[in-house]
Amino acid sequence: MSSRLLRRLPPFVLAALFLAGWQALHHSLPPGRRFLFPSLPQLGEAFQVHGPALLGAAGHTALASLGGFALAALVAAGASLLLASSTLVRQALYPYLMGLQMVPVIIVAPILILWVGPGAPSVIIVTFLITFFPLVVNTTQGLLSVEQAHLDLFRMGRAARWQELLLLRAPAALPYFFTGLRIAAILAPIGALTADYLVGSTSGGRSGLGITALLFSARNEIPGLYATAVVGCALGFVLVSAVSGLAWLALHRWHDSYSAEQIER
Amino acid sequence: MTPPPLIHCQALAKRFDTTGPAVLGPLSLTVAPGEFVSILGPSGCGKSTLLRLVSGLLAPSEGTLRVADRPPGELDDLAYVFQDATLLPWLRVAANVETLLRLRRVSTAERTRRRDAALGLVRLTEKARAYPRQLSGGQRMRVSLARALALEPRVLLLDEPFGALDEMTRDHLGEELLAIHARQAWTALFVTHSVAEAVFLSTRILVLAPHPGRIAHDLAVDLPYPRNHETRRAPDYLRLVADVSARLRAVEPAEDFAA
Ligand SMILES: Nc1ncnc2c1ncn2[C@@H]1O[C@H](COP(=O)(O)OP(=O)(O)OP(=O)(O)O)[C@@H](O)[C@H]1O
Ligand SMILES: [Mg+2]
Repeated sequence: MSSRLLRRLPPFVLAALFLAGWQALHHSLPPGRRFLFPSLPQLGEAFQVHGPALLGAAGHTALASLGGFALAALVAAGASLLLASSTLVRQALYPYLMGLQMVPVIIVAPILILWVGPGAPSVIIVTFLITFFPLVVNTTQGLLSVEQAHLDLFRMGRAARWQELLLLRAPAALPYFFTGLRIAAILAPIGALTADYLVGSTSGGRSGLGITALLFSARNEIPGLYATAVVGCALGFVLVSAVSGLAWLALHRWHDSYSAEQIER
Repeated sequence: MTPPPLIHCQALAKRFDTTGPAVLGPLSLTVAPGEFVSILGPSGCGKSTLLRLVSGLLAPSEGTLRVADRPPGELDDLAYVFQDATLLPWLRVAANVETLLRLRRVSTAERTRRRDAALGLVRLTEKARAYPRQLSGGQRMRVSLARALALEPRVLLLDEPFGALDEMTRDHLGEELLAIHARQAWTALFVTHSVAEAVFLSTRILVLAPHPGRIAHDLAVDLPYPRNHETRRAPDYLRLVADVSARLRAVEPAEDFAA
């Protein structure tokens, strides 16, 4: 076997082991409790029966998490530029940003239902609240982490403040921004799912994965619950992969994290 | 008649701590257009500080300093080459060379012309599309030099630009720099730790003494041009190197190294 093929092998071996382990765990339970951990065929059946419903719900949750995520990325980019512009602004605004992250979603949910009503907008707002903080913290850190020598260069070039911000600080902050995006990409689907559970629309055909999980749980459809979890994970993977792709596009030519040796390893 | 001075400082002094002793000066210095002035001196004696004062990055604590008859920092055609190449890693070589021109809103056509000329001077035209991390240390330094030359400066400040390079590369770059200086009329203040480099490149050498930084020796270097690898073997050159080395050793504070 060629060494290239060998190197590709471990992930597949691991996946096979994972599935075998899953099946083994199911059979290791006493027969009376096996319903708590469905076998792979039972899971497959759940996908068959609930496929269309799951797919529709996944679509809603995907849109909401993407909406909240994109909104957070945009607002965070703007807010970071503001925060990086002066220490005073930073010190004044930081407590409020932290507050934003600290307010428990459980408490925000009923207020949102009163103000905005249940449905996609509320889900997007909750997702925004959950993903905003890591984005803004990382991006601001990036905007501030510019080499003194580069600042001197720009000062020697008699750069205006906006030139320093856009031509020096913003590109230097890109790697940090993408670190924030990666964290946010993991949080967004979880956030959207939780938000759907709390503030999602319950009217037929408009609910996301959270409400779907709620219904499965009410009906004691355990394989359905597991299938929902799997779909939720898949959403997360898709979003994280998309962000990694974007990061690669933006950074691989110049950033050290993509240097040749690192790829070799 | 003598041309009016390009750099003129009178009783110039710098203290970082308002109550503490001066790090540099009082120091008086006049540099005429076209001079290539090397600055030698022990570590910490204030060479970089002097350059930063002339560039306008630092404000003097006392005394006067005029560059082209204006306060420093107001001059558009002054360029600074730092010890590290300080290239922007996300820009290709060509864009790096244009950075300072872009900041000054030089038109695209003019930017392209000056960029190509500068890259030609440092013989890196074929690397225009490379990213900094694809270059060797010496090549990066040449891009940094090209970025400064693209400004078409009247004053070029160089702070140990070749300090991190091996001796061969250093010698090559020195010869290249001299060739460019012969073609362009800038005035150089060149900080270095290498006496040989200083003698080879300069029309004039300043030896600074420390605590506070002040000019201990101001020496003319009247070796003929063009200077090349032959020069490095000439008796006059070797005599000068020995002389300057001795003077430098005399101002070096032995007690700093005793501990
Ligand atoms: N920003 C600063 N704040 C306080 N002290 C400083 C500052 N910059 C330099 N100094 C002090 O001023 C003195 C001269 O520093 P400078 O960098 O000019 O030395 P130098 O001659 O360039 O040394 P080297 O050859 O090691 O580069 C040093 O003692 C240094 O500690
Ligand atoms: Mg120095």
